[in-house]
Amino acid sequence: MAELKPAERMKIKRHEMPNQDPVVRSSNYEEVALGYTLETAKEEAERCLQCKDPKCVQGCPVGVLIPQFIKALREGDMVTAVKWMKVKNNLPAVCGRVCPQEVQCEGNCILSKKGEAVAIGRLERFVGDYELSQRTCPMVKAPKTGKKVAVVGSGPAGLTCAVDVAREGHDVTLFESLHGPGGVLIYGIPEFRLPKSVVHGEISYAAECLCIDIKTDHVIGRSFTLDELLSDFDAVFLGTGAGLPSFMRIPGINLNGVMSANEFLTRVNLMKAYQFPDYDTPVKLGKKVAVIGAGNVAMDAVRCSQRLMSLEAKKTGGSPGEAHIVYRRSKDEVPARAEEVHHAAEEGVIFDFLTNPIEILGDDKRKVRALRCVRMELGEPDASGRRKPVEIKGSEFDMEIDTVIMALGTNPNPIVFVDAEGLERTKYGTAVADNETGRTKKKRVWAGGDVVTGAATVISAMGAGKRAAADINKFLKGEAAWE
Amino acid sequence: MYKILSKEVLSNVVKLMDIEAPHVARKAAAGQFVIVRIDEFGERIPLTIADYNREKGSITIIFQELGKSTIQLGKLNPGDSLASFAGPLGHPTEIENFGTVVCMGGGVGIAPIYPIARALREAGNKVISIIGARTKELLFWEEKMRAVSDELIICTDDGSHGRKSLVTEPLKEILDNKANTIAKVWAIGPAIMMKFVTLTTKPYNVPTIVSLNTIMIDGTGMCGGCRVLLEEGAQFVCVDGPEFDGHKVDWDNLLSRLSFYKDEEKLAVEHYEHKCRIDGATVKGRE
Repeated sequence: MAELKPAERMKIKRHEMPNQDPVVRSSNYEEVALGYTLETAKEEAERCLQCKDPKCVQGCPVGVLIPQFIKALREGDMVTAVKWMKVKNNLPAVCGRVCPQEVQCEGNCILSKKGEAVAIGRLERFVGDYELSQRTCPMVKAPKTGKKVAVVGSGPAGLTCAVDVAREGHDVTLFESLHGPGGVLIYGIPEFRLPKSVVHGEISYAAECLCIDIKTDHVIGRSFTLDELLSDFDAVFLGTGAGLPSFMRIPGINLNGVMSANEFLTRVNLMKAYQFPDYDTPVKLGKKVAVIGAGNVAMDAVRCSQRLMSLEAKKTGGSPGEAHIVYRRSKDEVPARAEEVHHAAEEGVIFDFLTNPIEILGDDKRKVRALRCVRMELGEPDASGRRKPVEIKGSEFDMEIDTVIMALGTNPNPIVFVDAEGLERTKYGTAVADNETGRTKKKRVWAGGDVVTGAATVISAMGAGKRAAADINKFLKGEAAWE
Repeated sequence: MYKILSKEVLSNVVKLMDIEAPHVARKAAAGQFVIVRIDEFGERIPLTIADYNREKGSITIIFQELGKSTIQLGKLNPGDSLASFAGPLGHPTEIENFGTVVCMGGGVGIAPIYPIARALREAGNKVISIIGARTKELLFWEEKMRAVSDELIICTDDGSHGRKSLVTEPLKEILDNKANTIAKVWAIGPAIMMKFVTLTTKPYNVPTIVSLNTIMIDGTGMCGGCRVLLEEGAQFVCVDGPEFDGHKVDWDNLLSRLSFYKDEEKLAVEHYEHKCRIDGATVKGRE
């Protein structure tokens, strides 16, 4: 294609991502978004204006060199595109799928002011998938330094930190308490949004290239305390996330049929309950599921519920059931990504906005039979700037429900803090760490991701892992002393 | 992978295995548990630590073949390996010299009560142990328990060995005789047995520690599936327990939560046995 003028580029319409048909996909676990072809990817890449001062890069928590990789891509030079991508991002196939691009790179894209942003996320995914299958650009480990780094937690923060530290030539051991690495990418995000093969592929590729020793089944705080790690390693990074689920303080939470989103998603994603009894771990849903909350985790849970009920209905010939999102604010305040909400609605999820549960009612067998709710209206803005939901007096009503899934956010798991004297925590249980360096109040211990911020996004955790890795590398080189 | 070093058949449905897992053995203590996963398809099974050997780097587990996973586990042999072995999890038992204590083990609960009784004895306590099972064939470790107890009482439901009674009967007699000298009671066994032990000790106000084995997924405080209702509110067995003050436990809630997946457990066993018949008698895992 001849070199286009900016005006011509701006005339090209954003290329849609082909998706599985909603009716078909609502009863399978295969990936919803099917990805671009090379042709579509190149055409979409043509839309990029190659800004001199690229706002998209500023919007990316890890600063991916977006104009560079897009330029190579549109020239059809995949190897170079991969190289540019990997300067900053070691998990492009993951990030291309789960980052909230609309508020980060794409949200800052100059084209978004006048129409539609370049589909940076889809292009990133395309480049990531290409590299996973072709392995053109293995990461290179610098000569061995003899320094040892322990990374605790193998989710987005820990993985990113481990890779960036290992690249500098340090020996990295990555500790994971579950039986497989990936953290929330494995137990939390469903197969239809992020295939496990993509996560495993990116992790094992990086670990092989950089000789990262991954120790699964290791619960730090129990088999090894933080202080024991410090005697064996020169630096320790904590990326243990926020896994401890919150439950609403309403009557009935201990009834059978009430689960945390973590329990539900772990059963379904990590333990593959959708393939029970071929896999051993079951999950029990009825015909009417209410997911409480409206964040990304709630969307994952409700879409999994919808699929499980549809699969069951297909097997038994019954009705496919109803999956609800119950949220106390209105549609405008929904914290989940717009795309997830859209996909959920397409798949038949029912949204009950301005509805707040006040009690879970059980039958004589202590099994959930209904959710007592109250209608809400929006009042004055609160501290978060959102209009505060206020109960409408006398508007109580019962929803007939047999399963309640609480997706109300999570807190850091306390186990890692066992026998970790000097590691300061906030009243919310999160670790106190410097935002720029990731340094905690305990010498030679860094932390980043959800264990510091509380539940947030994959990419923000990666950004924290990256910043901490940079500081660890400086520290190990003797360029930055610990005050 | 975690190698099975040895295997012992303790009764017709209770088996013992030593598993090579140095990272667990280095910190394991009485009262804690591990999460075991047999293979790629397996669920995460919480099992109490029955014993440990730090030099060998091994952990002893004892399990009753009840559901699909424990039946499958029981078919494995020394030399075979387990896919996962995580731990030690939960808080260790608090051991000190309390005076005279009663240690009660019901069925497979005899296994985890043994290291607790041993540790209590070593700490200077006078240990009265009561172990029980439905029938003689389900009892094990009588001699080991005798060796760490000042007094050992054996009960079977059918009278085939020891006293024909539930374990709560001799417990009540002991409390009637010397309630004021019994400092503490430990009870590990089926939830229904632990419930009745706490109902027995309650009127005498004797502190009673129970070890709860609930439905768990991760076992590290992430899923919240193991929550139990105590007087002070819901707690997670995996991080707050597994031992609790038995007088504060809402037993009916616990019993109902334990039965929630009964249908699926039955289905899993049927599915497994069906596969075993197809694949032949030498099925080992599903490889």
